[in-house]
Amino acid sequence: MNQTPDTPWVINQPEAMHFAVNRATLVDPQILELERRRIFDTCWIYVGHESEVREPGDFRTRTVCGRPLIFCRDSKGEARVYLNTCRHRGSLVCREPEGNAKYFTCFYHGWTYDRDGALYGLPGQSAYPPNFNRAEFALQTPPKVASYRGFVFLNFDSGANVMSLDDYLAGAKEYIDLICDQSPSGEMEIIPGSQEYDIRANWKLLAENSFDDYHLPATHSTWLDYLKNSGVEMKRPEKGHMLPAHGVGKVLGNGHAVIDNINFRGRPVARWIPIYGEAAKPEIERIRAELVTRLGEARAARVADTNRNLLVFPNLVINDGSSVTVRYFEPRAADNMVVRACALGPKEETPAARAIRLDSFLTFYGPGGFATPDDIEALESVQAGMASYREMPWSVMTRGMAKEGEQLNTDERHLREFWIQWDKLMRGAA
Amino acid sequence: MPVTRQQVEDFLYAEAGLLDAWKLDEWLTLLTDDAVYRVPSNDKPASDPKDTLFTIADDINRIRARVTRLKKTTAHAEFPRSRTRRLITNVRILEENAQTVKIEANFIVYRFRRNESVYQFVGQYRYELRVADASFKIASRVAIIDAMELGSLASVSFIL
Ligand code: FES
Repeated sequence: MNQTPDTPWVINQPEAMHFAVNRATLVDPQILELERRRIFDTCWIYVGHESEVREPGDFRTRTVCGRPLIFCRDSKGEARVYLNTCRHRGSLVCREPEGNAKYFTCFYHGWTYDRDGALYGLPGQSAYPPNFNRAEFALQTPPKVASYRGFVFLNFDSGANVMSLDDYLAGAKEYIDLICDQSPSGEMEIIPGSQEYDIRANWKLLAENSFDDYHLPATHSTWLDYLKNSGVEMKRPEKGHMLPAHGVGKVLGNGHAVIDNINFRGRPVARWIPIYGEAAKPEIERIRAELVTRLGEARAARVADTNRNLLVFPNLVINDGSSVTVRYFEPRAADNMVVRACALGPKEETPAARAIRLDSFLTFYGPGGFATPDDIEALESVQAGMASYREMPWSVMTRGMAKEGEQLNTDERHLREFWIQWDKLMRGAA
Repeated sequence: MPVTRQQVEDFLYAEAGLLDAWKLDEWLTLLTDDAVYRVPSNDKPASDPKDTLFTIADDINRIRARVTRLKKTTAHAEFPRSRTRRLITNVRILEENAQTVKIEANFIVYRFRRNESVYQFVGQYRYELRVADASFKIASRVAIIDAMELGSLASVSFIL
């Protein structure tokens, strides 16, 4: 389907207080193909965290923007990203999910690369003509790779006009910094164990869902009940609010956005709730005291007593709520995505604090949590509803449009920002 | 008298029957007051939930809360409820003494939902059973899924 003035993909009319998304964008395989080129191949896309490859030779293989990659630490201690395809005739060079290697050997004909990507050796080199130069056959890297606070991103756009990762992240950096402030050294790490699952829904629905507090009371009532039943104080929402505490939705530039909330749900750093158990109290108090000493009262309160769901456009979500989850996802098909989620914690966290963090994670997040399965159900339910997109082409996204100034976490200003950026890139207007 | 495999099998089949029938309150009575129920992350099947992210790592309070949740029609992932059918085989007694029996068994759990293709959970159960009143109580119940990722299984929204 093509975008025409009569059938746009996104209608954004602030004066008319009208905003709608064309449901074809969630079903049409041609639109997905265009997204692969105009979104995933032009934006900075999250690959992994430096803590996942600590020592020289540590590696992880994963697929990003549809490309199999080797994410590893080279001999000089730099985090590197290689395309996981042999320079000979294309086989995957590394087929293990993770490990440590001095060399990566392609099993097909035996070409061997070192951890800096150079072609180290190959069987029967003498049969190649004299113009064969081994130095030209290093593992290929994506055009650009950069990192911010340990989060490594790549960019498949080889053009000269690509903005730096720093500029790209824009206002999202402030929130990444805030999350990293949980750690005394400022360094966070990915905790072992990852949750990888498919959702039979368009990938953009998870971008929306990951920071949409409007759905919380309806979709997650069983989770809210669970908090209440375990003794968490749940205030009645104030006038105009839907949740026990105040929270806002904010746009951060380049399509990034956040919901930024006063906490009511407990935080491993550092607000105790009864679910953690009495035994956890001293540890939470110790963490709180460390925050105050290091950051001062105000910033400590900002870290500990507020929680946030950050969307880094287009497909990285860092939810710093009941725990910190780093979640990234990409399309397999217009109606199918793969999701990977990990837990993030301060590098120097004590075993006791780590255990609280992981336990708290599982109350809400993940495919066995008390909330995420219902999100998956919601997204798959939306996708099923998309079958009638020709008869019912529009989804409405106008919450908060009549308000001046502050937008709530249950409004949709931040969701609109995702779609505004998506539409801009899809029109080729970046 | 040593525990026989048949006694263990009878117990596991009875448990499977309760879960397939969604008789969750009755199922809770099979558990000890300090029971745990775990599903490790697919990429770290042999690990400890204190330092590794799991899919499920419930203590008895969380198990009871899970049942409370699953009994509600607002547990959307299981409303309408899926139908499940558990096949349990290759039951082995690994260790036993007068108080406890450690066993493992293979499982296939089929999950059916309307208009959806079948979900097949394949893996291994590890149980620690306490010997009680000529039967058993479940002290620990770990379900290790063989799939490398949950993949199209999407979530573990029922009691696996
Ligand atoms: S394809 Fe890798 S060595 Fe031939």
